[in-house]
Amino acid sequence: MTTTESDFALRIRVEDLYSEYAHTIDDDRLEEWPGLFTDTAIYRVTTRENYDNGLPLAMVYCDGRGMMADRISALRTANIFEPHVYCHMLSAVRVLAREGGIIRARSNFSVLRTMQEGETMLFAVGRTFDKIVEDGGRLRFAERLAVLDSRRVDTLLVIPV
Amino acid sequence: MLWGTCLMSSAVARFNFAWPHEDTSRAPFRVYTDPDIYALEQERIFQGPVWNFLALTCEIPNPGDYKTTFAGDAPIIVARAQDGSINALVNRCAHKGALVCYKPKGNVREFNCVYHNWTYDLAGNLTGIAFKKGVGGKGGLDADFQQGEHGLQRLRVEVYNGLIFGTFSDRTPSFRDYIGAELASNIDRVFIKPLKVIGYHCQVLPNNWKLYAENNKDSYHASLLHVFHNTFGVVRPNMGGGVKISDDGWHHLSYTQRESLGDEVVAKEKVRSLQEQYKLNDVTMMEHKPELGDQITNAIQTVFPSLVVQQILNALAVRQIQPKGVDRTELVWTILGFEDDDASMQELRLKVNNLVGPAGLISMEDGCVGGWVQRAAKADPDAMTIMPMGGKSIEASRGSRVTEAAVRGFWKGWRECMGV
Repeated sequence: MTTTESDFALRIRVEDLYSEYAHTIDDDRLEEWPGLFTDTAIYRVTTRENYDNGLPLAMVYCDGRGMMADRISALRTANIFEPHVYCHMLSAVRVLAREGGIIRARSNFSVLRTMQEGETMLFAVGRTFDKIVEDGGRLRFAERLAVLDSRRVDTLLVIPV
Repeated sequence: MLWGTCLMSSAVARFNFAWPHEDTSRAPFRVYTDPDIYALEQERIFQGPVWNFLALTCEIPNPGDYKTTFAGDAPIIVARAQDGSINALVNRCAHKGALVCYKPKGNVREFNCVYHNWTYDLAGNLTGIAFKKGVGGKGGLDADFQQGEHGLQRLRVEVYNGLIFGTFSDRTPSFRDYIGAELASNIDRVFIKPLKVIGYHCQVLPNNWKLYAENNKDSYHASLLHVFHNTFGVVRPNMGGGVKISDDGWHHLSYTQRESLGDEVVAKEKVRSLQEQYKLNDVTMMEHKPELGDQITNAIQTVFPSLVVQQILNALAVRQIQPKGVDRTELVWTILGFEDDDASMQELRLKVNNLVGPAGLISMEDGCVGGWVQRAAKADPDAMTIMPMGGKSIEASRGSRVTEAAVRGFWKGWRECMGV
């Protein structure tokens, strides 16, 4: 796409959204995480194995902000796991297209996971394929698909990537 | 095979282990941490008189289709031959032992080992040897080399309701006799129609494979560790159920069911919250569309040593336990639907699958709890885990899931295979 000033400004806003997303999770402000999506947004986490083979399964599939909030309340009140934090590393952000108010964008990410006992490991590497819209005076995700490169998930995935 | 014999002899030579208790209501922590025990399990369990789950027929529908998997540590190719028959072959070239198939799946006319271009047909027969007669009359094989003796090692195969099993042993009875008619009927019940795979998960468990195998048989832990249901009030009224255990103790089924509710009532039934302060915004992932002709909402079945058959509402799956060393296990989930699912049924399955898998709201804890046992076990291999719930026997207590009988049954099977 040709670079005009408005494209450049949009890309900065998209990058800001991506960074805000990462910081919200990495700062453990998970209750704010659903607010980065529209009310009817879809959030999915899958693997390259499923994605490349056209298999629809996701390991996390939230249809709407309500299900995202449910994931977080389950994490806070019900699910049992060893405490850990993420550090997201984002790169290769591109705005691919603007179609009828929908911005299509993608990024690469890696997630370093640090356990309470101190071990840091590379937990996930992958790509996001996103649809972003103007919603309530800001950008929000209308759809976010995170595709992990590895088919293997170490131990469990409870914090969204 | 000479290599196998050497491995076996050294493992047996080092194996100095006697079961330290009169029954299987105790097990020493050593069983999770001892590399010699792990080595002997490969020979006496996974290559012993058991049916290893390998794949589903719907994963290799066409002649020439193959997928690779494992039976214990042994790498396996499952392939459909031109005549439609299914072969299970050890994925190890008869020449230098390289993986013959290094891709997870594909479609081929024959198998080629890329190292020295030895070729095998889909049944594992050695059909071609590069430079067999040398070049220009020099080199090549001796005249007495018996090509027919150097195929890929074959497993005996049985297909049951679309599930493909393989065994290394001539002693393994037919699959139906292996698990018994009562437990076979649950496989008949779940896999009533042609299946399709809707996706895979693979979860790395930081623990010995047996900790996960036991976990599935441990109906006692379910409501205690996995508190999602209790917290969010998705415990429904009129829940019945129980545990069934095969006569030999090796295999089991744990299930819950609604009692005397018609389909229509079930479909409209609202989940109720036990604790009013915790409510889900969206309960669609807990909806259940009865499809198997009964009111069973949850059925977890184990086939010794490495298969779990799962029905949780409309989330159908098989889970394969792949040991990867004494303290590491890969759990491969093959998530299923039926070929005739319409779009709304598929959508329901995808939603319900939030409950299971590596990020499953009612399953994720099983990913970490085995690791906690593993870490605690290694300091004292002669100390023992105790499994007293429901007595000492391997008989299911009628109507109760508060029992460890199926776990004791697992250890009975383990001891019988291991000869201890």
